[in-house]
Amino acid sequence: MRNLTHLERLEAESIHIFREVVAEAENPVMLYSVGKDSSVMLHLARKAFHPAPVPFPMLHVASGWDFQDLLAHRDRTVREYGLKLIVAANEEAEAQGINPFDTGSALYSQAQLTDPLKRALTTHGFDAAFGGGRRDEEKARAKERIFSFRNAAHRWDPKNQRPELWNLYNAKKAKGESIRVFPISNWTELDIWQYIALEKIDIVPLYFSKPRPTVQRDGMLLVVDDDRFRLEPGEAPVMRSVRFRTLGCYPLTGATESDAIAMNDIIQEMLLATGSERQGRAIDKGQSASMEDKKQEGYF
Amino acid sequence: MDTPSSSFRTDALIAKDIDAYLDAHQHKSLLRFITCGSVDDGKSTLIGRLLYDSKMIFEDQLAALESDSIKHGTQGAEIDFALLVDGLAAEREQGITIDVAYRFFTTEKRKFIVADTPGHEQYTRNMVTGASTADLAVILVDARKGVLQQTRRHSYLVHLLGIRHVVLAVNKMDLVGYDQGVFDRIVADYRAFATSIGIAGFTALPISGFKGDNITAASANTPWYEGPSLIHHLETVELDTAAAQGAPFRMPVQWVNRPNLDFRGFAGQIASGTIRPGDAVRIVPSGKTSTVKTISTFDGDLDEAVAGQSVTITLADEVDCSRGDLIAAAGDPPQASDQFCATFVWMDEAALKPGRGYWLKIGTQTVTATVQPPKYEIDVNSLEHLAARTLTLNAIGVAEFATDRPIAFEPYEANRQLGGFILIDKFTNATVAAGMIAFSLRRADNVHWQPVAITREDHAGMKNQTPRVLWFTGLSGSGKSTIANEVEKQLFLMNRHTFLLDGDNVRHGLNRDLGFTETDRIENIRRVGEVAKLMADAGLIVLTAFISPFRAEREMVRKMLPEGEFIEIFVDTPLEVVEARDVKGLYKKAREGKLKNFTGIDSPYEPPEYPEIRVNTVDMTAAEAARYIIDRILPLK
Repeated sequence: MRNLTHLERLEAESIHIFREVVAEAENPVMLYSVGKDSSVMLHLARKAFHPAPVPFPMLHVASGWDFQDLLAHRDRTVREYGLKLIVAANEEAEAQGINPFDTGSALYSQAQLTDPLKRALTTHGFDAAFGGGRRDEEKARAKERIFSFRNAAHRWDPKNQRPELWNLYNAKKAKGESIRVFPISNWTELDIWQYIALEKIDIVPLYFSKPRPTVQRDGMLLVVDDDRFRLEPGEAPVMRSVRFRTLGCYPLTGATESDAIAMNDIIQEMLLATGSERQGRAIDKGQSASMEDKKQEGYF
Repeated sequence: MDTPSSSFRTDALIAKDIDAYLDAHQHKSLLRFITCGSVDDGKSTLIGRLLYDSKMIFEDQLAALESDSIKHGTQGAEIDFALLVDGLAAEREQGITIDVAYRFFTTEKRKFIVADTPGHEQYTRNMVTGASTADLAVILVDARKGVLQQTRRHSYLVHLLGIRHVVLAVNKMDLVGYDQGVFDRIVADYRAFATSIGIAGFTALPISGFKGDNITAASANTPWYEGPSLIHHLETVELDTAAAQGAPFRMPVQWVNRPNLDFRGFAGQIASGTIRPGDAVRIVPSGKTSTVKTISTFDGDLDEAVAGQSVTITLADEVDCSRGDLIAAAGDPPQASDQFCATFVWMDEAALKPGRGYWLKIGTQTVTATVQPPKYEIDVNSLEHLAARTLTLNAIGVAEFATDRPIAFEPYEANRQLGGFILIDKFTNATVAAGMIAFSLRRADNVHWQPVAITREDHAGMKNQTPRVLWFTGLSGSGKSTIANEVEKQLFLMNRHTFLLDGDNVRHGLNRDLGFTETDRIENIRRVGEVAKLMADAGLIVLTAFISPFRAEREMVRKMLPEGEFIEIFVDTPLEVVEARDVKGLYKKAREGKLKNFTGIDSPYEPPEYPEIRVNTVDMTAAEAARYIIDRILPLK
């Protein structure tokens, strides 16, 4: 007899989900944010279909304010594993001057993240999109199904979810409807890190600490990633040893001061941390049901 | 409140030797459990407590919780742990949990996934969903109230879903002064009931989710209780791993992996047993045999794989095997049948329609299934068997099922993965039921197809024509019979062999035992479909004129026939027009309520989405419509 560990059981479940979708959907895609959860998803997808290549493209929603390291990591990964990459961006919004400094966070995330995502899904006719959402992240996510249906306008109806029993997923859908599939629903942040360490998954260097130019603003430590960063009068970047627990648009993502340069240091910090990973994201703040509102509008 | 030292995490080790901590945690097992209780049993509080004590709550979440506790809380100035797990805003306003939520926490020994499901009577659906993946159930009872009807209902559902480990948590012991007498009485009550429904054993604990008694450590308030704390029990209860791995090998094939001509692997998650290269296997239902060549994974070929793992198997021989097939131990394969008896839970607002075709998904197989009228419904409160003609939302019943082709399965009792199925409505795509197969009805084995010497091609050839079923559908009075008659006359003049089946006429004979309820309408169409199919087999061009209001039944008839032989003709005359004409005076009667279940008035008509031909009697005469149809179906040779 061989006892499977919790990570082996989670891995087997995720692989099962990937294969079900590829067997039943016509045109799947993976939402690839290049972050740690996406990196684990990609690793699981490669395992699910080995020795065949990953049978669907990666879709990266680029806001134009992504960390440079993240884009470099993205391009390297795509090249190394022979993946097909689609980059979605909202050029109109950029032209209209929507940016993370002047635009409110609600409008900004709608224009730079939600809208280009929805448009890309519609344009390419993707009927299933893998996302890296985890149920431990946030209260609204805890109740979302692994196969989560969206109407033609990409809206989520939390009151009208299909029951999911055993490992049976109902992937039937009407024309125009699509499915968001969350293969790592049952993983926790600790599981993700443990798996990255165990499987030696390559992740964006931003998760590891190193001296970076930073400014302190609204209680957050922001990294001045390029010269578009608008400094307030009297503000000057200070070099600090910082790293990130979660990655978003660089002017909106808070870094933490840290000396963690090795994987186990990161996990140690995470375990001893007193704030949740979403604390570093400006987008989640506001009323407590805000994630649920965004999800209904089509935010991943 | 517990002191920090009794929490499950050893921060000292994390700080001192993270490598040792991680090494220990990589070898943890996983336990999935469900908590069941009625609205006020303190279920959410217990889960909130487990998360809090295992430090799964961060400071920012705690700050939000504290402000939420003041706004929405029911515990006065104290932290309301329940708010941690009541997720959706809509639920918060109602003050109850209305769906299944999954929570996670970790101790030294195990990772836990908790399915939190509501206790409300109307939410049987959610509890069944949460229970389907659980290894263990915690049944909460309020010490002040004892075993209630809801406790019995939850226990029955837990047992029905095959959960073998049951924990009876007598909660709110603080509110009865930690009285052993109260606890003992409740345990005795529960034992009597549990035994009566077949629950073999359970573990009972006196706890307080609110105060923290016997949650992580033995409580000083219950010196008379010598058993384990809840966490200790959850950490040490034995999983059914040995039984699952010792069972005969079965793996439903999810996907055939064929990256190049040299590799053909069958990908799936092992449902039971153990497999090694060289093992003899049988493909079910085809019965073909082969041996395992490799167990191929990303991490290299394996010497052995066990139940629960997702793998890719290659075989020594080129055998037919695709998604939906099952790879099984050659010497001990599962049964395959197209008829079986099952207990099932109805999960949809629209009631079961016996006789209608639903998608049935079991393992990786998706087939069309019809359900017989239930043998009985089970009253989840009294457990009595009630007579039933259908099942409605949250009802549980037993019925016979027939599938359009044999499926491989195991009785649910033997294997949840291979005996559990869902039903999907073909029209709405909703998951409408969850079922558990009890046993196979071997009737299918006894009725064999009679091979015939003269084939359907011979019949058609003799008549020098291609068989067709011209299926006219539309509202009453839309012109179906008139146009069908006209089409038949014209075909007759062209020396075609035809036959017209008319709704009203068939109801005088073949279907005179049927009324106009949804169920009877479905059976009406099924019989007409079968007759039309036999006539098409005989080489005839069959015309049918039936309202046939439901898409699912028209699709069912389409499926009975070879591809291309079923021509759906939608007589698309609008309701306003047919009602204004009201040739038979039926619409008037229906509007006055003298005629029940009348299509278009108090019974729905589902128009075809993609009919082969569409006509109406507003823009064209019946003769023009007939000509239009004939132009589209010729040459028929």
